[in-house]
Amino acid sequence: MSETANDIVIAARDLTKRYGDVSVVDRITFDIAKGETFGLLGPNGAGKTTTILMMLGLTEISGGSIHVLGDDPARAPLQVKRRVGYLPDSVGFYDHLTAVENLAYTSKLMGLRPAERARRITAALARVRLLDVADKRVATFSRGMRQRLGLAEIIVKQAEIAILDEPTSGLDPQSTIEFLGLVGELRAEGVTVLLSSHMLDQVQRVCNRVALFQSGRIVLMGAVADLARQVLGAGFVVEVEADGSGLDRRLAAIPGVTGVETLAADRFRMTADRDVRPDAARAVVAANGSLRRLSVDEPSLEAIYARYFQSQAGETQGARHAA
Amino acid sequence: MRREGSPFQGVGAVAVKELADNLSSARMFVLEWLIVLTALAALYSAIDSLRRTTAQDPFLLLRLFTVNHAPLPSFVAILGFLIPLMAIGLGFDAINGEHNRRTLSRILAQPIYRDALLIGKFLAGLVTLAMSLAALWLMVIGLGLIFLGVPPGGEEVARSLAFLVIAVFYAGVWLALAMLLSIVFRSSATAALVALGIWLFLTVLWPMLAPAIAQVIAPPDPRYALLGLQTPDTGIWTQMLSRISPNHLFSEAMVGVLSPTTRTLGPVFLEQLRGAVMGAPLPLSQSLIIVWPQTVGLIAGTIVLFVIGYIAFQRQEVRA
Repeated sequence: MSETANDIVIAARDLTKRYGDVSVVDRITFDIAKGETFGLLGPNGAGKTTTILMMLGLTEISGGSIHVLGDDPARAPLQVKRRVGYLPDSVGFYDHLTAVENLAYTSKLMGLRPAERARRITAALARVRLLDVADKRVATFSRGMRQRLGLAEIIVKQAEIAILDEPTSGLDPQSTIEFLGLVGELRAEGVTVLLSSHMLDQVQRVCNRVALFQSGRIVLMGAVADLARQVLGAGFVVEVEADGSGLDRRLAAIPGVTGVETLAADRFRMTADRDVRPDAARAVVAANGSLRRLSVDEPSLEAIYARYFQSQAGETQGARHAA
Repeated sequence: MRREGSPFQGVGAVAVKELADNLSSARMFVLEWLIVLTALAALYSAIDSLRRTTAQDPFLLLRLFTVNHAPLPSFVAILGFLIPLMAIGLGFDAINGEHNRRTLSRILAQPIYRDALLIGKFLAGLVTLAMSLAALWLMVIGLGLIFLGVPPGGEEVARSLAFLVIAVFYAGVWLALAMLLSIVFRSSATAALVALGIWLFLTVLWPMLAPAIAQVIAPPDPRYALLGLQTPDTGIWTQMLSRISPNHLFSEAMVGVLSPTTRTLGPVFLEQLRGAVMGAPLPLSQSLIIVWPQTVGLIAGTIVLFVIGYIAFQRQEVRA
């Protein structure tokens, strides 16, 4: 159907979900390519989970269309759900059953044969490092272990697309790193990963591309570096700690630099549209200064996010004043 | 447009898992022992009184089900009261329990339809109830053999099997009701309370209310009252209203099936009794015809309640 040559696995066109008069998801359009790691960002209630549920055919679509692996999830939900793995927000398991029993139940629902089931479950539990607690009741599991068990379910399914809804919220840093490592392994195998989160640094760490949701719409979409250029105005922030006379003028003269801020007598912050560190070093040497530190700030999603919502708030306030 | 795939895919897996859960749950254990112990007490007193009248009754085994010996009610009356409790206990958290454990969206993300989850859970509940009732039935027959020493005849066994089938559908009505409430109410405690409220209303309050309402609709005729008789209209209304309660349908069906001398469940005209040998038992087929409407009523109630729950569940949002 809408699956094109360059392997679009999820295609949404004007996707809309309304409850009464309220649009929870409002005419969003996006494409996700095979093997991509796509981040859905935004505050709670922005429509991320609803979008995910529409992809799985678990909630009705009010308007527009969505195709997952070429199928319409509203019409062929079994076909879609056979190939897509889903880890819901704060996933639950049957506490009175063991890890293996929980996976055995869902793999039965997947329609796997008994021998295949046992083999895949053992392999999946080994991968998420839960094999030693495989026969313990899930009631004794920590939150991190439950999330990993949820990931094991997706591995058992051998899903082509893994949809993870807020997988790291409420996890301690250690578990978060471990979990994101496992997500990275999935990605390395060619699984398309869809990650919804409001933990920006994590999304930035694992995602190729992000979509920023705000009250049901995608307001920004693209790779993090592109977004930085779009929102922050420049992609790179370089800090220089050096002494030398007239350094600020020399630094500002470097091509590509859009601004130099003097933080202290010997500290400068430059914004530029490319990595200007070599030029900055040359400029310091040319001024006979001694270079003590030269660092580049990766454009952080957090800064983009904060700046974007600030400018939004400013605009609406301005509009209100005008009115 | 038709949706692809079968709605029954996964029903077996769900039913087997739920059945295992039901049978191993502490809740089931408590309910089963409650029923077994009260039923044993009723049976014991029934056996006690039957021993004195053994020679007079051709349907001794069936009397075990129906004889009551004060202060205990009969075995069947106890079942009529306790089967709903057991069914409610199995069904009140069927769907909202999955919601609250946050397992629902994970299960529904597997390649099955919602139908499979609901049907699987209902079947598992019904099979659990049928197994418990079959065990009780065997217990009655076994105790009858041991203490009365009279082997049951073919017709007695057939009639008691009819009892078993009707009892399962009676349980089905309450199971479907409990599951419906578990879909409608997000909190299990609310669903359980409402289910128990309906149960108490229909088994305790409604038998008292039905005659009162009937008297309002069709006021008693003083001419009948002078003769010490019930006004026919009032009687018919009372019966119709009482039959709203599945409990009443069940007890009527039990009277028809387990007391072979029952000729009618409603009022009867004198000319209809012409030529009848009073006190003579009816053949099984005739008894079944008498209780057929009640049985159909119970089956229909089960189906209607299940369908309402099914529609509500299909339209429900998955997210918590």
